[in-house]
Amino acid sequence: MRAMVYRGPYKIRVEDKQMPSIEHSNDAIIRVTKAAVCGSDLHLYHGMMPDTRVGMTFGHEFVGVVHEVGASVRSLKPGDRVMVPANIYCGSCFYCARGLYSNCHNVNANATAAGALYGYSHTVGGYDGGQAEYVRVPFADVGPSVIPEWLDDEDALMMTDALATGYFGAQLGEITEGDTVVVFGAGPVGLFAAKSAWFMGAGRVIVIDHLNYRLEKARTFAHAETYNFVEIDDIVVHLKRATDYFGADVAIDAVGAEADGNVIQHVTAAKLKLQGGSPVALNWAIDSVRKGGVISVMGAYGPIYSAIKFGDAMNKGLTLRMNQAPMKRQWPRLLEHIKAGYLKPNEIVTHRFPLEDIAEAYHVFSAKLDGCIKPVIIVGDQ
Amino acid sequence: MPYTPNKPQPPETPEQLRARIPGWGVDLDPKDRPSVPRERFDPGATGAHWEFPERQPETVPRERSVEHQFLTPVFGTSAPLKWCSGRIRRMAYRLGEDRAARWLILLGADRVDAWENHLASFITLRPDNPVTQTGVTSEFNHHGVSSRVGQQRADVRHHWMDPIIVAGPWVVGAGAAIALGLKAAARFRNR
Repeated sequence: MRAMVYRGPYKIRVEDKQMPSIEHSNDAIIRVTKAAVCGSDLHLYHGMMPDTRVGMTFGHEFVGVVHEVGASVRSLKPGDRVMVPANIYCGSCFYCARGLYSNCHNVNANATAAGALYGYSHTVGGYDGGQAEYVRVPFADVGPSVIPEWLDDEDALMMTDALATGYFGAQLGEITEGDTVVVFGAGPVGLFAAKSAWFMGAGRVIVIDHLNYRLEKARTFAHAETYNFVEIDDIVVHLKRATDYFGADVAIDAVGAEADGNVIQHVTAAKLKLQGGSPVALNWAIDSVRKGGVISVMGAYGPIYSAIKFGDAMNKGLTLRMNQAPMKRQWPRLLEHIKAGYLKPNEIVTHRFPLEDIAEAYHVFSAKLDGCIKPVIIVGDQ
Repeated sequence: MPYTPNKPQPPETPEQLRARIPGWGVDLDPKDRPSVPRERFDPGATGAHWEFPERQPETVPRERSVEHQFLTPVFGTSAPLKWCSGRIRRMAYRLGEDRAARWLILLGADRVDAWENHLASFITLRPDNPVTQTGVTSEFNHHGVSSRVGQQRADVRHHWMDPIIVAGPWVVGAGAAIALGLKAAARFRNR
């Protein structure tokens, strides 16, 4: 089969790879039709996540058609059109039994500090991902769901991570009616978090980024008020002034490990890999939220330390909430919102590339060329 | 103002927000939010028909964190440990996850892994190609210049480092190979 393969930092290619096989009785093999490149895939692509091995296939956002199922699979059959949550989870461990699917203890042999994801280094389990013609999906009775007839493939694709994560981020913010919510980052997760904040009754939603084309999307897609931090001397002071010197009630970090805005933080983290991530957005969130406010962290960070301003968080009495989103837990409610017409997830998709051109897709997304917000990889037919 | 007891009112009323934003307030009640409460004990909700999963056969010895009691019942088989980078990674897996050394050794092994595979690719019919594999050709057909110039992007200030990170090791490697070659040639001539 053809598959994207990592060759080292900033280098990937498509090559012939051995077909995945059933390795456990509850596995399924999915023939991928569409995959997406996630902002957190760029951390792997840039060589930031420990134990990212040459030969691995990335991709934790994908939809497809069931090709083969293991002997114990009951809920899927070949031919079913399915969406697969980014998390791999067993459904029965202490954490899964409590809905914390992203913290499953039975799927990541390499670390207990993280659950497992498709195509996201051995630090999260060493599973190949879906930027390929076929992919092994463990626990087929637990993770994947048949896509409803009425739901478009690309909308389903956004449900596998970006939409579910953005919505989850807004939930962790514990938003109450009339709250001011500031979202750092106008990428896919930030856009969905901003949109979701309104569902939860926010009175004001502010989005911060440095890319004007993404801020334009935040205004049109997420109805948000926007600021470009490059055009402002000090974004934290600006947010205080804009909120009557209060600060926001809730801040959502939808940027993560490669945040810009402070060259030293960015270079030590993203270029020299001496931090688990550049915590610029997180530090801005801590400083711009009001005392007693809530920080929700959706941006991905690596397992090494980062220079985070915990003193300010402690002295301000902040609540810091974070986790990898348990994607499937969000799906029933999100399907209702899509069906009701409250959101159309694929409105954030800006680029579509065939699998053979995936190296270009990564570069365009990484370098933010051509107004790119979300690239989708077209792998096969339905 | 935070100097007085009351919170500032948002600029728009709920009615105005409801009229302007599709779905405003539909999840206002935390009971409508799927991740509230954070933990909800419901083992039957996942579709799992086991209490502990059947074990995936370990056909190749599989590394695991020392913080796990045993190899997890299911695990990834994407890229088993091999070569020099595999030995380094094995060292890292002897350390607990709290140790920075564990992760820094793994990052070091990642760089060794890339080098091993670059070198190995030169004895195959498809050697690594830094031009096609970096997708840099998209600079020419996806508005590489106009996407950056005049856009006030914060990242443009450090983009110059990317080619050094990508090409730097190749240049150093080529330089080292040439130096070694010249040294060997000089030694041969002096015999």
